Amino acid sequence: MSNTPPNLKYTKSHEWVRRESDGTVTVGITDHAQDLMGDLVYVELPEAGRKLAAGKECAVVESVKAASDVYAPISGEITAANAALADSPETINKDPYGEGWMFKIKPSNPAELNALLDAGAYDAQVAAEKH
Amino acid sequence: MITTTTMAHRTPLYETHLALKAKMVDFGGWDMPLHYGSQLEEHHRVRKDAGMFDVSHMNVFDVKGREVRDFLRLLLANDVAKLQTPGRALYSCMLNTQGGVLDDVIVYFLDESMFRVVANAATREKDLAWIRNSAELFGGVQIIERDDLAMIAVQGPNAKEKVYRALGEPVRAATSHLKPFHSATVGDFFIATTGYTGEDGFEIILPSTTARDIWEALREVDVAPIGLGARDTLRLEAGMNLYGQDMDETTTPLESGLAWTVAFDPPDRKFIGREALDKQRKSGAPRQLVGLVLEGKGGVLRSHQKVHSEGLGDGEITSGGFSPTLNRSIALARVPAGLPRGSRCQVDIRGKLLEARIVKYPFVRNGKSCLA
Repeated sequence: MSNTPPNLKYTKSHEWVRRESDGTVTVGITDHAQDLMGDLVYVELPEAGRKLAAGKECAVVESVKAASDVYAPISGEITAANAALADSPETINKDPYGEGWMFKIKPSNPAELNALLDAGAYDAQVAAEKH
Repeated sequence: MITTTTMAHRTPLYETHLALKAKMVDFGGWDMPLHYGSQLEEHHRVRKDAGMFDVSHMNVFDVKGREVRDFLRLLLANDVAKLQTPGRALYSCMLNTQGGVLDDVIVYFLDESMFRVVANAATREKDLAWIRNSAELFGGVQIIERDDLAMIAVQGPNAKEKVYRALGEPVRAATSHLKPFHSATVGDFFIATTGYTGEDGFEIILPSTTARDIWEALREVDVAPIGLGARDTLRLEAGMNLYGQDMDETTTPLESGLAWTVAFDPPDRKFIGREALDKQRKSGAPRQLVGLVLEGKGGVLRSHQKVHSEGLGDGEITSGGFSPTLNRSIALARVPAGLPRGSRCQVDIRGKLLEARIVKYPFVRNGKSCLA
């Protein structure tokens, strides 16, 4: 049973997005995504300052099984990346919504946030993928 | 090849895997456990303690008849003449006439009229057709499929001791003296000192009807269930080839790191594929299988990634992955002949060229790194 916190936004490609009080958003991959991947062994993160367009690949997670791209949920500029993941990628398996966060974006078009999925819509998509 | 199978095969332990909440995957037409929670933890458990694998999908068959030894000396590239005491085992490739590898097998000598063969699951129909066809010149030889048998591998430094605790003292008495690549029959159990992990342990062939009880008995002495995911990382660390990835019908044993398994002596033994191998041996195999270690970080080596080496041309990773024991990425790769150990090459990972070093394998044996 995957965990989908109701206070976050989601993408169809299994990223989660949290709005922070300073106007940035924090991004990671969902509990469902980490469960599908299995034990993570390598994470490649974007550098601060990099400008991204929504839907563009910007990070990579590799598990014992396979490599997967992580996509920018919204357009903007990277302000920080979670450097601790380089030495302990398994943090994403253990705490995908907390210590396992991947990067922060300063949105260039905050309206894009409204197009993201809420928890219910994301869960419905996951359920549909299983059938 | 056309298969008309609509439902995946299930081993006698299928329900047991579901009850243990295994993540099930299709593996060569079989519904098999990938892991029971964490593939990494399962891997470490085998290296440090003891784990068990349901390998009942493997194709077990007995070859019987008066001329069985002569037949196997024709069929297999290694020479069963080496097997002189009952119970002894031999690893061998089975080749086509071009020297390509049809399958790799372990053959056990039971008595002069009976050998047991354990072959891969995915190649089952092809193997049996080839073997039956090859046996036509040997009128008396019979191939008996053993679908009535299951197979459980128990591997790890504590594996044997735990098997004795679970199965009893008669098993200890019959097997504790066995060197690697030997076997003994104890009641219903056929117990071999073989494996696919680079650790001590047994592969136990047993009646399907008893598989669940034996699995449970092993669980009671704290042998951990291990899925196919960890089986793959364990065998890769142990430097053992996987059929279909590291070798197949388009590659010879000489190009697959398996020259040591081909018995060229005596020179007058005419095994299938010999002519082609003799030729290749004389001219030198153009490609070789090598071990690779990724130098820095930057990704994980995976099969089909391209390997570039200065001046010698390109090769390809045949099996790659993350080594939990070494905490770095390792691979087997087929590269042009002539690349010496210790030399550098570059691997293309998502368009980036990352440095790798060519090393001797196995990478890990008995829980310890073999890297210099």
